[in-house]
Amino acid sequence: MRIRARWAWPALALMLCACSRPPDELTFWAMGRESEVVAELLPEFERTHPGVHVSLHQLPWTGAHAKLLTAFVGDATPDVAQLGNTWIPELAALHALEPLSARVRGSAAVQPPDYFAGIWDTNVIGGVLYGVPWYVDTRLLFYRTDLLKKAGYDAPPDDWNQWRRTMSALKAQAGPDRFSILLPLNEFEPLTALALQQKEPLLREGGGRGNFETAGFRKALGLYVEMFDRGWAPLVSEAQISNVWDEFGRGYFAYYISGPWNIGEFKRRLPPERSRDWMTAPLPGPDGPGASIAGGSSLVIFAASRRKSQAWQLIEYLSRPDVQERFRALTGDLPPRRSVWNLPALAADPYARAFRQQLERAKPAPKVPEWEHIEDELRLVGERAATGQMTVEQAARELDRRVDAILEKRRWMLARAGSGHGGP
Amino acid sequence: MRPSLAGWWFAGPALAVLAVFFVVPVAAAFVLSLTDFDIYAIADPANLRLVWLHNYVQLLKTPLFWKALGNTLYFVVVGVPLSIAVSLATAVLLDSELARFKGAFRTALFAPVVTTVVAVAVVWRNLFHARYGWVNHALGAIGLGPVDWLGDPHWSMPAIILFAVWKNFGINMIIFVAALQAIPRELYEAARIEGANAAQQFRHVTLPLLAPTMLMVAVVTMAGYFQLFAEPYVMTQGGPLQSTVSVLYLMYEQGFKWWSLGVASAVAFALFALMLACTALLLRTARRRMVAWGST
Repeated sequence: MRIRARWAWPALALMLCACSRPPDELTFWAMGRESEVVAELLPEFERTHPGVHVSLHQLPWTGAHAKLLTAFVGDATPDVAQLGNTWIPELAALHALEPLSARVRGSAAVQPPDYFAGIWDTNVIGGVLYGVPWYVDTRLLFYRTDLLKKAGYDAPPDDWNQWRRTMSALKAQAGPDRFSILLPLNEFEPLTALALQQKEPLLREGGGRGNFETAGFRKALGLYVEMFDRGWAPLVSEAQISNVWDEFGRGYFAYYISGPWNIGEFKRRLPPERSRDWMTAPLPGPDGPGASIAGGSSLVIFAASRRKSQAWQLIEYLSRPDVQERFRALTGDLPPRRSVWNLPALAADPYARAFRQQLERAKPAPKVPEWEHIEDELRLVGERAATGQMTVEQAARELDRRVDAILEKRRWMLARAGSGHGGP
Repeated sequence: MRPSLAGWWFAGPALAVLAVFFVVPVAAAFVLSLTDFDIYAIADPANLRLVWLHNYVQLLKTPLFWKALGNTLYFVVVGVPLSIAVSLATAVLLDSELARFKGAFRTALFAPVVTTVVAVAVVWRNLFHARYGWVNHALGAIGLGPVDWLGDPHWSMPAIILFAVWKNFGINMIIFVAALQAIPRELYEAARIEGANAAQQFRHVTLPLLAPTMLMVAVVTMAGYFQLFAEPYVMTQGGPLQSTVSVLYLMYEQGFKWWSLGVASAVAFALFALMLACTALLLRTARRRMVAWGST
């Protein structure tokens, strides 16, 4: 007994040390590469905000979602966090996030009209703002200028018909072993972007049912399938393309629908003789330049935080145009504010120009917690249609069936909220 | 104190640990599988519905569950015998009196077991590459056409099986080597004097004496192969066309990607029931077989 007691006290003391934090320590969870880079921006915040100390936690993207949910269940949420904007509906449904509308109204630093509207909108659930965009992500065309020119086109396509014509010409020139466009079958983004270009919303009845049997979605899926059917796109997933940059340089494909991080990757990885042979272009739409995905990360405050005003100060600091420009220079991430885009560094980058145009047309996906699951079904059904196992009509019907099943619980919750039993 | 009571006292701590870390979680998971627990239920327990066997019924009506079950059985039925055959063959070679540098070979053959799945999966993805992979180069050298290993739904599972067998055969090989060394050399000598050739020695001396080891290896390997997850997770993400979605992969997606923990628990129990049935079947046939061997 005596031995045990002798060890117990230091152990207990150690546990207390581990649990208690200095009163002014602000916990900030960030993910992936951004979490490493943001560490360089924090000393200035601490210098200009004496008495606030930020404790930064770096989470890998793969484990971040689970960690956030377990933190919520275990009452251990951070004060501020970076959140992929498709996760906001889910955490808002958990009532885990602090509404920010009032704080933004009183803020000089965060000016909503300066933000791209589609990106800002991903943070608004049921009229309430839950996050402030930190950096943005959208998908558009990366293309080989030299191959397009050889096929007889000086400019990238604006609409689907021009796009079809260029793909047809590119394929004729490429032969059987090369392709016009790469649409990896393991990615949901290309098909989602085409679907978002349509007038009809992708869900109906307040997000209670799928809305995929519309003329618009069938048109989007039709184009997607056509690109495989005509041999413009190879039936491959990422696992079969071991290195997209090499393949792009070799001309295995001329168009590639991808996101902003690939600007840096292509600059770095393409061989020098190819460095002037590529460019970015906005995604063509059914009639003229079309919409695309409004992705990216936002900064949020958790409802359980006891340091909300300091947390908001950190968000304001990270939203300042000069800080955002430094963050962009360090990561290559694209900023959500037009004023940062007007700064010389970004305004002069020819590869970023198409992203600026695309971001003005970025459109949020339906904001329901189940969306990531729906997106995965969209990809799987799209794959079955692309491989010819289903017609477009069958695929649209099947998608509605699967999505209605996924949303069954949501419909029940909506019905209950409607009959006055408390809402989602 | 009655002896039986003393027995309970001795077994008590172990039973308590088992209860806390096994019985209670399993029971809780079973209760979970009777509900529709999801993120809405995390937000507010009032959003939890007791659905009884609905998750199980729904599962049996889901084509993807049957597909995952089929994929898993394919992996087990082809992978387990293949894995054991490779282990046994390499073990016999290593045990041979003619073999040189046994230590070096043993280490080299065992090495895949201690590598990280994620790291070697990247290497194998390149080996399986349809246009640049060495596997297809080797096939091309003997005049066989290129196979789109990870892109063709008919070849993706064989590719996963090859990878898994390569990754796992080492551990069983070591067990077989130990078991082979325990076989008295006099038995082979006696067999040789009786005029048995190498094949007959293997059939009538080695195999019967390896039977208990073989049973253990088969049970453990089968249980492991039923839990196929990491290989498709890193190599194919279940694709192409969901041809490498296993039951455990389905459970992971339902539970930890979509947070339908009720459905995920139901999948887990379905897999548990299946593995229990298969292991029981294996043990029963093996016992009968061993009785038969014992009497001859």
